[in-house]
Amino acid sequence: MTASARRERSEVVHALRDAGITALISFGLFLPLVGLLTITNMNNELRLTTRLPLLVIFVALIAGVRLLVTLVIRPWAERRRALSTRKPFSIPRSFSRWFVPFAIGFLVVYPFISLAAVGYSGSLKWIDNFGIQILIYVMLGWGLNIVVGLAGLLDLGYVAFYAVGAYSYGLLASHFGLSFWILLPLAGILSSFWGILLGFPVLRLRGDYLAIVTLAFGEIIRIVLVNWVDLTNGYAGIAAIPRPTFFGIPFNTDDNGFAATFHLTFSPTHRTIFLYYLILGLALLTGYVTTRLRRLPVGRAWEALREDEIACRSLGINTTNTKLTAFAMGAMFAGFAGSFFAARQGFISPESFTFIESATILSIVVLGGMGSQIGVAIAAVAMIGGTEIMRDMDFLKAIFGDTFDPTQYRMLIFGFAMVLIMIWKPRGLIASREPSVFLKERKTISSELVKEGHG
Amino acid sequence: MAGEAMLRVEHLTMRFGGLVAVNDVSFEVHRGTIAALIGPNGAGKTTVFNCITGFYKPSEGRIALQHGDSSAWQSLDQLTDSGKRERRDANGALFLLERMPDYLVAQRARVARTFQNIRLFSGMTVLENLMVAQHNPLMLASGYTVLGVLGFPGYAVREYEAVEKARGWLERLELVDRADDPAGDLPYGAQRRLEIARAMCTDPVLLCLDEPAAGLNAHESAELNELLLAIRKDFGTTILLIEHDMSVVMEISDHIVVLDYGVKISDGTPEFVRNDPKVIGAYLGVEDDEVAEVEAEVGL
Amino acid sequence: MDVFVQQLINGITLGSIYGLIAIGYTMVFGIIGMVNFAHGDVFMVSAFIALIAFLIVTTWLGITSVALAIFIMLIVSMAFTSLINWAIERVAYRPLRGSFRLAPLISAIGMSIFLSNFVQVTQGPRNKAIPPIIRGEFILSGHDAYTVTLSYKQIIIWGVTAVLLAAFWYLVAKTSLGRAQRACEQDQKMAALVGIDVDRTIAMTFVIAAALAAVAGTMYVMYYGVVSFSDGFVPGVKAFTAAVLGGIGSLPGAVVGGILIGLIETLWSAYFTIDYKDVAAFSVLAITLIFLPQGLFGRPDVEKV
Repeated sequence: MTASARRERSEVVHALRDAGITALISFGLFLPLVGLLTITNMNNELRLTTRLPLLVIFVALIAGVRLLVTLVIRPWAERRRALSTRKPFSIPRSFSRWFVPFAIGFLVVYPFISLAAVGYSGSLKWIDNFGIQILIYVMLGWGLNIVVGLAGLLDLGYVAFYAVGAYSYGLLASHFGLSFWILLPLAGILSSFWGILLGFPVLRLRGDYLAIVTLAFGEIIRIVLVNWVDLTNGYAGIAAIPRPTFFGIPFNTDDNGFAATFHLTFSPTHRTIFLYYLILGLALLTGYVTTRLRRLPVGRAWEALREDEIACRSLGINTTNTKLTAFAMGAMFAGFAGSFFAARQGFISPESFTFIESATILSIVVLGGMGSQIGVAIAAVAMIGGTEIMRDMDFLKAIFGDTFDPTQYRMLIFGFAMVLIMIWKPRGLIASREPSVFLKERKTISSELVKEGHG
Repeated sequence: MAGEAMLRVEHLTMRFGGLVAVNDVSFEVHRGTIAALIGPNGAGKTTVFNCITGFYKPSEGRIALQHGDSSAWQSLDQLTDSGKRERRDANGALFLLERMPDYLVAQRARVARTFQNIRLFSGMTVLENLMVAQHNPLMLASGYTVLGVLGFPGYAVREYEAVEKARGWLERLELVDRADDPAGDLPYGAQRRLEIARAMCTDPVLLCLDEPAAGLNAHESAELNELLLAIRKDFGTTILLIEHDMSVVMEISDHIVVLDYGVKISDGTPEFVRNDPKVIGAYLGVEDDEVAEVEAEVGL
Repeated sequence: MDVFVQQLINGITLGSIYGLIAIGYTMVFGIIGMVNFAHGDVFMVSAFIALIAFLIVTTWLGITSVALAIFIMLIVSMAFTSLINWAIERVAYRPLRGSFRLAPLISAIGMSIFLSNFVQVTQGPRNKAIPPIIRGEFILSGHDAYTVTLSYKQIIIWGVTAVLLAAFWYLVAKTSLGRAQRACEQDQKMAALVGIDVDRTIAMTFVIAAALAAVAGTMYVMYYGVVSFSDGFVPGVKAFTAAVLGGIGSLPGAVVGGILIGLIETLWSAYFTIDYKDVAAFSVLAITLIFLPQGLFGRPDVEKV
């Protein structure tokens, strides 16, 4: 036996032993919750049954993954790391130069591609579940990016401002019959007003404390929405919210409806396509304004604040005001998105504004690479698109049997993916920063140097 | 260089809990001079700085700064009694720094500072660092962001001027070629000088430097001396510095204040201070571990 | 007055549970400076395990001794929850040590979502109820209209909490593990240089945190007799509130904070409206952080310039 063969053999033995230990540990981990099942019997009493086959599958799966990682994936990753020149990934300028116009162009023609491919009724899902849903999160991600990515303030209650926007539209539209186009800016203003109101006392706090207080405020707003039944109708929510019209032309089967006016056969997809363009416009507005703000003094002050708050103050920057503008600006875009959400759904309830939403938006921002707008957009596509795909994986029923419901596993996989992605890329997909101004050439800055703020 | 006083520190006392970090210190800094604050480690120098620049609220004492004509001093007591923090008239202005929050000390009283452990925006470029320093005038030019977002042309002109001003400083520091590199990538000595340039971009009347020569080699120290003298000559900025490096202190200061254990023990020209027996005693007679102890207590 | 005394008793009971969870937050925050967002869900998992242990003990083994049943529930729940939290630290947090500050927080949020959904998928979305383990109560003052009672359950919760806190305090204050923990809180690099196994110390911190959460979980199941997969989030946030209120990093602070939050909640429910009891708890959190950021027992944080 040669030396290298011996070494290889000892590696395999080692990996097997390692996998064995892993199997033992995972047996312990999953024994109570997977191996045993609590069920309520006919007499309404709780009883236990065993589920050993499932436990065995879990343990075998984990031990197998562990074996694969130690024998195959880790050596491969190490070889790759040895070969690569340890340069952090950053998008080349030429890429972002053509990527942005290309992406916008694609988004503009997307509904028509979908119509051509799967027809009117088939494309409803593609435009609504994928197009509109993802764009809402792109917009929310960009809005929160101002607060977290640029100003470095950790906000875990962002969904509160989304809720304020949605309820502003829902209540004012159903009670006063105001139109979408009046209520959209009004919702944004109300949200940013709330942003300032909540931000003022808490922005002195640093680090995780700010995160927890914003979380608490988010929950307070949700609890108020649940309990103030007179105003919000509680859990039942607000139904029959007026839908937006095409500049006064409603999307219905009437003679003065959209289809009749433009001599089209009526289809509910018309409204969906209109809503799609509406949110596309709003998202692009968010992106454009954010890009501009970054190059203005206020945007530079946000980033400087993230880098070093004390230095900012020594340069005469009023850090409280600067933080408040970031908070208000982020809240405003959430308000826009919220009023769009209410208009699109026609129904809102506190269920749509739980902490999970805040966590999702935050993870989009962090996954995208804090501060990077392209990164945030890509992360929104990956995370929201990914969970939407999991909604209709009915083919899995063919494999796992009819009792298998893939939608149940959606949030489970979502949560675990958040963990994995953070381990894989703790600084996000696009870990570099574009300078806001340059003298000779615009060089991207590796995120190793960029600070993450302490607020 | 004897001009009139522009900064008056009177009976400044700063306590942290039971510890008196600065005890009844008074001194003056004259317009257009370079003054130095020296003393052994833990003597309270940085605390005095933090009080002057508004980062700490002094427990007792008055810190007054004056712009323009020296006649402004006449209204000092009146201003103190009025409870206000500043007073302006045609001849000049008077500020009570202990009443102002840190950012207003920089913005209105125009006192700029650097830090002992460099505080550059390391993930932003060298040029961006100098642009952030011009935040307040640029903010005004961008119509508090509103006009800027809408793309009004006036802002572009002002931004161009700000970039040119930054370019001027970069030329002075011989850093033009590194303008678009992240500040955190600069060598240490260049970071120190960049921090001074960044402070100067706020157009200060008083520049406070906390150990600007710390960690510099002899050659870089000499460059620093030249830079500070040039700043005084070209901009007329008054400089107050904390320094350990005696080659810097003795060579360029007009006036030296010596602190020991939070108390002023000497105050005068370099010549006078050098020969003051109390200063010699303070520098030679203190055990190292005592110094460390005091430092730990003060939290420096 | 009677109402007040009764709410005091109820509040201290609830507060003991919060306090036990709060210690986990405070310890983990102290040692790695991270809000362990999944800790509330670890508590929920431990409650489920205690519930399962109860079913094993009563329906399979047929044990009728209440003391033995509770003892077995405690031991089983503490053992398995500790193992689970150890694994969570190993998988989700350790690879991120020394990395970008937000990464562990996001990872913890992901873990929290994962845990609650895992329990939902494996055990079903419905509330799981068990018959009351212990009945009986002392009547402290009896009027016709209102009787103030102190139930045996409450006495057990007080007793178990007090005993375990004492044991745990001994562990942290008097043993080498506790010393290693305090060293790592101060300076991990330096602790490693003087020969402390930092990884092991942090792992042990998670194990202890989980064990205390498991005590809380067992007490919760015993007290309320019902648990569901979504029961982790709100107690988690409230326990964190307790940790902050007491001064994060301070162990007695966490317990006192927990009891205060429990009292606020029960008194608020009794005298105002039960709908907004969570708002009361969260408002206390916000107000504390704004006006007393170092908490009741924490050290003030002097800004270094």
